[in-house]
Amino acid sequence: MAKVLCVTSGKGGVGKTTTTAALGAALAQAGEKVCVVDFDVGLRNLDLIMGAERRVVYDLINVTNGDAKLPQALIRDKRLENLALLPASQTRDKDALTDEGVERVMGELREKFDWIVCDSPAGIERGAQLAMRHADVAVVVTNPEVSSVRDSDRIIGLLDSKTVRAERGDSIEKHLILTRFDPARADRGDMLKVDDVLEILSIPLLAIIPESLEVLRASNVGCPVTLNNPLCAPARAYIDAVRRLKGETVPMAIPSDRKSLINKLFTRRAA
Amino acid sequence: MFRAVSLAPQAPAAEWLVLLDGALKRSPTLFDDKAVILDLADLQPSATELESLIAELTTRRLRILGIEGLDAALPSNLPPRLVGGRPHGDTLEAPAGPEDKPGVSSLTIEGSVRSGQSIVHPEGDVTVMGSVSSGAEILAGGSIHVYGALRGRAIAGAARNPRARIYCRKFEPELLGIDRLVRTAEDMGTHLRGQAVQIWSDGGAIKIAALG
Repeated sequence: MAKVLCVTSGKGGVGKTTTTAALGAALAQAGEKVCVVDFDVGLRNLDLIMGAERRVVYDLINVTNGDAKLPQALIRDKRLENLALLPASQTRDKDALTDEGVERVMGELREKFDWIVCDSPAGIERGAQLAMRHADVAVVVTNPEVSSVRDSDRIIGLLDSKTVRAERGDSIEKHLILTRFDPARADRGDMLKVDDVLEILSIPLLAIIPESLEVLRASNVGCPVTLNNPLCAPARAYIDAVRRLKGETVPMAIPSDRKSLINKLFTRRAA
Repeated sequence: MFRAVSLAPQAPAAEWLVLLDGALKRSPTLFDDKAVILDLADLQPSATELESLIAELTTRRLRILGIEGLDAALPSNLPPRLVGGRPHGDTLEAPAGPEDKPGVSSLTIEGSVRSGQSIVHPEGDVTVMGSVSSGAEILAGGSIHVYGALRGRAIAGAARNPRARIYCRKFEPELLGIDRLVRTAEDMGTHLRGQAVQIWSDGGAIKIAALG
């Protein structure tokens, strides 16, 4: 049965779009039929990260309004044939999304794909609430800093009250992905500790994505990080996350900065 | 449409009945299709006086829906006791003091209260089995019990109850309030952070102490 996964965070700039693209591509690499959906109407980015910006004809709003059919708007990925993108509109805003339209499109997507990965806009308003509304699984993206954690907490509250599943009395599966984790700063104590974040949010941890130039590099060439360099640390973390989402038990290590510690010892000795 | 009017007889009852008759003569349809609530706060009649008063009113075709304001117990054959126009238990209760108001009902939240959520329960105690996150708030007429961490706002005794208290397993709040006193995190100090704590009001100040 198809699963709708919503990538959400509350706060902007924490890595929702990167995570959507990486998870979507990793699921497709694992053989699933996947569609990534950009809900950030008016500030769309997922098409850029997926490298599909020059192939957008119709978008989510066209489909929800009935101006275009879903297959016309879907953009098939050039690298993975079982990965598709439903882009957002850049010229409209979130008010253009209708409850009925979104419900219909999600229903159609469920028939065509195994996984529908929705990239939520930042904030807690209409756009974010519609992106999470039909989700079966939510991935909450958080940076290890207080403002991001508090915003994520707010989002978890909304997931437990404003989704179709919550309104039916079912629970929604929630996972945490901690992004932009900097082992050097964590070792120095300049960042919230993983345990502190987990204690505050009290939802299971799906992955810790280390801060890495690889993420930036992948964005710049318009390729999900899991496709661009599947062996780099952030890609491996996302690939493990997908295995966990599919029910596998994969051990998780908190990245640490042992190499730089050794470097430090050496420099001290040299000095 | 159903309408009720309130009649407040004054002592002596005989003279008041004459006044009532006068009013009825001037407007005979005054009480037609209306139920009457008898407010006896002024008159305070004895049981026999009350019975004869109701008999007198019945002969004037007034339908008595209920009786308000009577301190003494009501005989069971008379209309029911009302308080503020609403039904009230027939047994006589001691006049309710301010201490007896809170604690009439309690609310238990099984999970956590997340940032941005607000639990308002003006009638009684609130118990949270999980944590209260930063940016969440609990407002209770009675006391507040948090079995996880209290990181948000907690205002107890909002029904003007200075005897309400706040208890939490892990003390990291943003703001505390009891009755109308408020203390922000800034003037709480850090020595009790993370501990199990109780908070109460004492002589116009909020006091905080570790539990156990």
